[in-house]
Amino acid sequence: MIKAIAIGTSHGGIQAIKTIVAALPPDFKIPIFIVLHIGRNSNISFIEILRKLTRLTIKEAEEKEKIEQHTIYFAPPNYHLQVEDNFTLSLSTAGKVNFSRPSIDILFETACWAYGDELLGVLLTGANNDGANGLGCIKFRGGATIVENPKTARAPEMPASAIRLCTPDFILDLNDIGKKIVELSG
Amino acid sequence: MQWEKNNHKESSPFFYEGDNDLMNIEVRLLLEAIYLRYGYDFRHYSKAHLKRRISHRLSISHIKTISQLQDKILWDRQFFFEFLEDLSINVTEMFRDPECFLEFRKSIIPVLSTYAFIKIWIAGCATGEEVYSLAILLEEENLLNRTQIYATDFNKNVLNAARQGIYSNQNMDLYSRNYKKAGGKKELSDYYTSKYGSVIFDKSLIKRIVFADHNLVTDSVFSEVHLISCRNVLIYFEKKLQNHVIGLFHKSLSNKGFLCLGTKESLRFTNYEDKFTTIDEKAKIYRKKPIYSKK
Repeated sequence: MIKAIAIGTSHGGIQAIKTIVAALPPDFKIPIFIVLHIGRNSNISFIEILRKLTRLTIKEAEEKEKIEQHTIYFAPPNYHLQVEDNFTLSLSTAGKVNFSRPSIDILFETACWAYGDELLGVLLTGANNDGANGLGCIKFRGGATIVENPKTARAPEMPASAIRLCTPDFILDLNDIGKKIVELSG
Repeated sequence: MQWEKNNHKESSPFFYEGDNDLMNIEVRLLLEAIYLRYGYDFRHYSKAHLKRRISHRLSISHIKTISQLQDKILWDRQFFFEFLEDLSINVTEMFRDPECFLEFRKSIIPVLSTYAFIKIWIAGCATGEEVYSLAILLEEENLLNRTQIYATDFNKNVLNAARQGIYSNQNMDLYSRNYKKAGGKKELSDYYTSKYGSVIFDKSLIKRIVFADHNLVTDSVFSEVHLISCRNVLIYFEKKLQNHVIGLFHKSLSNKGFLCLGTKESLRFTNYEDKFTTIDEKAKIYRKKPIYSKK
């Protein structure tokens, strides 16, 4: 049974996340963690836009906060987002991974060390290869994995490099990913 | 399709084979072993970061399990000190979160200026980026020559690096932009000389600085100071340890002394929330409420 969802995306990610969030039912329970490469810019205005699309709580993750249901957490710019094994969130200023901070690999890896096979990892459009190892880690621990179809993704590199590394459970077009997330979480 | 064309083999990543329960047990035992053998106490550090560092070490040293790593750490002192480097916290940049330095100039400098002699403690200074940032700020406010700064870390190697003040040229564009946003009055390059892809900071900046070996977890208060800057260190600690360290800071601060934390750190939900006044919640600047003796 899926208890948490970790999503990573980079170039084209704003539109991709909007599409997925809009597809979630208003009573969607499972907590979602998102790393969106957005440089050093604040993602507050993006969070405001998302809030118009859903009744779920959407926020920037805070240091050592307890993970709640009905909530979507974003990594703050210039910090890595990590999931602790006591189901709290933590932040780190450690060096960049794959030239990225926040790094998708770090979120995916620490989330699957906490949730094991009860984690769903979703890797979307992006123009680098962050997240591939992390997705491999989720798969290795028996979690479920979805990768956006590189043929139709805004930027194919990130999903493609994950597919090269491991065989994800589902390779889907963006418009079908939200539906699949809801189905797997049922 | 573009993505199918470069179908080269990725270097295979390292996945830990033990399940999550086993991993948690092994990590606890490893931290206990390190504490018992070497006295470094990581037992109440946040585990996610530690696990990443451990996993990295396993991968580069070709060690299969955390239990085997523990064995090697207990028996091989030199190997332990290499591993200690992995666990060290790396401060990322100069004038990180420049708006905090701007607020520092605005709300702290006017108070410090009224003191004849200023004592500052930079706790967990790592390779010194924060130390040089603060020294430059104080220099520009004409306070450096009457300030004593203690810059501490538990890692002797990073203290040496901090003392040398040599950094890669690559980061200087970012640091210069940060410096300007932090209210810098000159050019950052006025404070360093560039050579062979590195820069070396002006030695006059550290003449008022004492670099010292101090462990926030296991050592106690060492001096009374007017200001403590400890940014992005507490995020690596569990709640219990955060409380312990903030208690140490509270003891070390003079009445109405300042405490500066990282932008994602906070005194909220700690045992010391009501013992400080918030000067600026965004810049994470706090001030110790005075304690008057009862007599």
